[in-house]
Amino acid sequence: MSKVINVGIADLNVALAPDILATYALGSCVGICLFDKTKSIGGLAHIMLPLSTEAANPSENKRRYADTGIAELLALMKSKGANIQAVVAKIAGGAQMFATNSSVFNIGERNVNAVKKVLESYKIPIIAEQTGENYGRTVFFDSSTGLMQVKSASKNIIVV
Amino acid sequence: MSVKNLEELNPIQIDVLREIGNIGSGNAATSLSGMLSNTIDIGVPVVKTLEYEEVVDFLGGPENVVIGLLIRLSGDIKGMMMYILQSSFANVVLNTFYGKQLDDILNVDEMDKSAISEIGNIMAGSYVNAIAGLTGLTIDISPPSFCVDMVGAILSVPAIEFAQVGDRVIFIDDNFKISNDEIKSNMILIPEMESLSLLFNKLGVEI
Repeated sequence: MSKVINVGIADLNVALAPDILATYALGSCVGICLFDKTKSIGGLAHIMLPLSTEAANPSENKRRYADTGIAELLALMKSKGANIQAVVAKIAGGAQMFATNSSVFNIGERNVNAVKKVLESYKIPIIAEQTGENYGRTVFFDSSTGLMQVKSASKNIIVV
Repeated sequence: MSVKNLEELNPIQIDVLREIGNIGSGNAATSLSGMLSNTIDIGVPVVKTLEYEEVVDFLGGPENVVIGLLIRLSGDIKGMMMYILQSSFANVVLNTFYGKQLDDILNVDEMDKSAISEIGNIMAGSYVNAIAGLTGLTIDISPPSFCVDMVGAILSVPAIEFAQVGDRVIFIDDNFKISNDEIKSNMILIPEMESLSLLFNKLGVEI
C-alpha cells in the first residue's frame, strides 16, 4: 500500500516508492516535483514566492521561496540517497487567479520564471509543465513512476 | 509605535475589530435586505484573526469550490478584502434576482458574475463604511474582481501578496437568514500594518 504524504503551502517533503506526494489547490504558488528515476525517490516543494534574494525582508521560512525551497528539497533528497545528477523536474501552478490590468501583480508568472531559473542553475531539466492560465491545481506526484497528476475544479485530470 | 503583525494584537484591539465587524455586518444585512427585497435576520458575526490554513479549513478545505471577490482598499486604509461566497449563498442571490437556479457555481455566466460582484461591492462597502464612520478616515474600494475556483487557490493570492506581514488575516463569519434559507458568508480583511496602526490611533486604542 502506498501512502499519501501531504505537502502544505510553503512546505516540502520527500517520498520513496510506492508513496505519493500531494499538494492541494495551488493558485499562484508553484509545485515543484523532483524525481530520481534510478532510485525512485520523489520530492515535492510548494513555494509561494520567487527568489529570497529579491525579497526586501526575507522570511525565516526558507520553504516559501523558489531558490531556498528547491535547495532544501535537493538537500533532503540527497540525504535519502538521491543522485542529483539524475534528477528531473515537473512543475505546476503559477496561475493568475484574478484578472488584473497590471502585469506587475502577476506573481504566478514571476514564481514560474524564478523556479525555471533556479532549476536551470542546478542543470535540472523540466520535462513537464502545467503552469499559468487562471485556475487552481491540485498535484499528486507518484514516487514510483515519477508521474504527476494535475486536478482542477473545471478541467479534466491531466497526467504527465 | 505601530502594529507589526496580526499575531500580536491584544484583547482590546481584537474587541475593536469585532465591533467594526458587528457594525459592518449590520450595515450589510440592511443593504442586502434592500437589494433582495426580503427580510434578513442576522446572527452575531464571529470576528477573529486566523492563519490562512485555518481559514481554508473553516471554508470547507482547500479543494472546496467557492466564489472569491477580491477588493482592494486605498486611501487612508490600504489593503485587501476577500469576500467568499459558498454556492448556497450565490444560489439564493441569483434565484432572488432573476429566478435562476445554478446546478454548479462553476457554470456562472457574465450576468451572474455581475450580480454576485454587486453583492461583494455592497458587503465591502458595509465594512468600509463601518470603519470610516467610526474613525473619520477616507477609504476607497476597487470594483470586485471575480474568481470561482478552489478556495485554497483563491486564498493563495492574499497569502502571497501579504506574505511580508505574516500569515494571519482578520476573518469575519456572518450568518444570515433570508426567508428560510440559512446563509453563510465570509469576509477576509488584510490591512497593511501601517493602516491598522492608524485605525487604532484614530480610535484612541493603545498600540
